[in-house]
Amino acid sequence: MKLPPLQVLLDAHSGEVYRFLVATAGPVDADDCFQETWISAMRAYPKLTDAGNLRAWLFRIAKNQAVDAHRARSRRPVPVPSVPETASAASGFELEEPELWAAVRELPPKQRAAVYCRSVLGIPYDELAELLECSRDAARRSVHEGLKRLREERTP
Amino acid sequence: MNEIEEALRSDAARLPAGPSEALQKSLAERAAAEGLLDVAYAELDSPIGPLAVAGTPRGLVRLAYMPAEAMAEELADKLSPRVIRSPARLDEVRRELDEYFEGRRTEFEVPVDWSLSRGFFRRVLERTARVGYGNVSTYAEVAKKAGSPRAVRAAGNALGSNPVAIVVPCHRILRTGGSLGGYGGGLERKEFLLRLEGVIAV
Repeated sequence: MKLPPLQVLLDAHSGEVYRFLVATAGPVDADDCFQETWISAMRAYPKLTDAGNLRAWLFRIAKNQAVDAHRARSRRPVPVPSVPETASAASGFELEEPELWAAVRELPPKQRAAVYCRSVLGIPYDELAELLECSRDAARRSVHEGLKRLREERTP
Repeated sequence: MNEIEEALRSDAARLPAGPSEALQKSLAERAAAEGLLDVAYAELDSPIGPLAVAGTPRGLVRLAYMPAEAMAEELADKLSPRVIRSPARLDEVRRELDEYFEGRRTEFEVPVDWSLSRGFFRRVLERTARVGYGNVSTYAEVAKKAGSPRAVRAAGNALGSNPVAIVVPCHRILRTGGSLGGYGGGLERKEFLLRLEGVIAV
């Protein structure tokens, strides 16, 4: 299996993976999720048997980290980030529609990832299905359901 | 539906560009601590141009006159795809090379990881590593010491394949009779190093 140096993946995807995590796991958990994502990617990387779609593979790991963070968050009331927050890039930026993003984070994890990857990144449905570990139709449904919920939230 | 997507897309441009430097550094440190950093690489400046260097947990595995990214591709193929730009592991090499080029160091202390060389090539290079600063030897001599006195041309090939230039001093090997012979990094570099070490008069 001929795989590119891991650094090539880091250079190409760490920015978009980080933004994905800020959006779907939230600014407080983003740094921890980012580190966990890459550590588990590094563990698995040499054993990969298919170098076909490394981007979908990475986002799949990131999505699962965001789910784990969400679960851990519901177990403990006060967040304890292991990366010092002062150094985080996930503070000090302002969104125009913070309520909309908060609503994105309230979606079930699969819909959250589906909406972000489809609406913001424009990832094609084939790739999205791989990323979400489901069929193409199910991926399409997740995007649809997610957007529908967001629209309902917005216009009460 | 479109309105929501539109809002998300335009607002997403305000998300942070990427992880902070502190976070990237902490990731590299953790990868190393967990034994996941198989090959660390960096590009160093030197009086003879940029040097691409790479280290494994066992030592310096590559020092080459080539773009660092090309070296990373090569090592991903030959050693492990877990190749990460991480200058921290190469601090010691950097320090020793700086001192060498300033004329303040005549011997390298960083351990060499020989895993890119095998068999006769490796024996030739290990012999070459024993030729000290300011001294020279010949292709015939290292071939003999590596156990195959007649394999002079093969010894030349072994030196040409040297994965760890400068630190394994293949520049100290000349042709019998004293002409420079060849050098993977080009003869100007070989001359520069021999002049630095006082073998060739300034």
